[in-house]
Amino acid sequence: MDVKVLGPGCPKCQQTEKIVLEAVQEMGLNVNVEKVKDIKQIASYGVFGTPAVVINGEVKSVGKVPTKDEVKGWLQKVQ
Amino acid sequence: MSEKTKLGIIVGAFLAAYYVPWAHPLVRQSGLEAFMMLQEYAREHVLTCLIPAFFIAGAISVFVSQASVLKYFGPQAKKILSYSVASVSGSILAVCSCTVLPLFAGIYMRGAGIGPASAFLYSGPAINVLAIVMTAKVLGWKLGLARAVGAVLFAFLVGIMMAVLFRKEEQQRSAGNIYVPDSEEGDRGILKEGIYMLNLVLILIFAAFARPQDPSSIVWNAIFSAKWYVTAGLTITLGLILKSWFRQDELKTWVEATWGFMKQIFPLLGAGVLVAGFMLGRPGHQALIPEQYIQNLLGGNSLGANLFASVAGALMYFATLTEVPILQGLMGSGMGNGPALALLLAGPALSLPNMIVIAKVMGLKKALAFIITIVILSTIAGMIYGAINP
Repeated sequence: MDVKVLGPGCPKCQQTEKIVLEAVQEMGLNVNVEKVKDIKQIASYGVFGTPAVVINGEVKSVGKVPTKDEVKGWLQKVQ
Repeated sequence: MSEKTKLGIIVGAFLAAYYVPWAHPLVRQSGLEAFMMLQEYAREHVLTCLIPAFFIAGAISVFVSQASVLKYFGPQAKKILSYSVASVSGSILAVCSCTVLPLFAGIYMRGAGIGPASAFLYSGPAINVLAIVMTAKVLGWKLGLARAVGAVLFAFLVGIMMAVLFRKEEQQRSAGNIYVPDSEEGDRGILKEGIYMLNLVLILIFAAFARPQDPSSIVWNAIFSAKWYVTAGLTITLGLILKSWFRQDELKTWVEATWGFMKQIFPLLGAGVLVAGFMLGRPGHQALIPEQYIQNLLGGNSLGANLFASVAGALMYFATLTEVPILQGLMGSGMGNGPALALLLAGPALSLPNMIVIAKVMGLKKALAFIITIVILSTIAGMIYGAINP
């Protein structure tokens, strides 16, 4: 599985990253959460706002901090 | 903040403490000016102007639906709408640094293209509600108005210029899906939200209402003498609105967003005021930099003064709102009205660090075109404003 958190490093992006990491840990998954900070790379996903969460190339949330349960739901689906 | 920056700040503070000749009369005078200016801000501007403005900025970031605006930046959006929305939307979208650059890159690479993207990139930091309110309060409503009008107009012009200059490359952009933030369902409807926003703005206007300069004007004086009653009435109305139309958790996010802005901006603004006071002093008071220099470089309304102000503004980095005390110091030391506007129009939208990001996204050539366009336009606007308001 491939999990990415897109964001240039603002407080909300760090919050999102923390939530995603916690969700992954609590579900006992062995996936690497990648942080994408480069603006150009972020834009190449077509997201119009950060923080954004991308799982297996699919954009799951844009412009807001997701809740841990939301993240767990997304992870469960692709598993 | 990285550990290296922290070390840099500590080393810098140490060197300043060690080497600055604090006992020198000029330095003493400058130090005093720094704190006198801080006091002026604390007494005149914080309670009546900044705090209400922070609550408005918080309300905008929480209650105004950003998604409804973003659809105008998609690849299929009508061009004229894209430009218009981009020119004014800075005021609602650019309240967080999380938004401006990613959104710019998104519009440029996937959305409506280079024109609207440039317009948004300029308007974002330039039309910030806090900045306009603060400019009007501290530097006078004329300059505040000129800044607001100039910023919207410039955003439009810069966007068009960029689109015309680079129209050939425009056609080769990659297309693809775009994702905008979900719109939060507004269950109150636009009317109630509008009344709520209007109420906030009215509180700001009345609380910050200045003593009229012309004592014979009956209307202004009547408003001035009644301002605290009106403000109190509006605050009670606001309380009723909040209680009957809003849910508890919405109010919590509103306060959190407001607190977020305060936390971010107050320390920077305080530091900016101290530095401006130390270097330039309050109007009419001498500080570290001799007024003669400022008058020679930035006084009057010559082409040189306006151009210098635009270029200096474009290169310098102003943390949110710090341009206001710096400009207050400069104008007090003899900077002309025209150069002041030129600096306000070129300054907040551009700085060396953000030029580097722009160049990374658009390439050096387009970034240069963007910067030069803004510098030229700011210079012209400064000359016009200076000619009308000598």
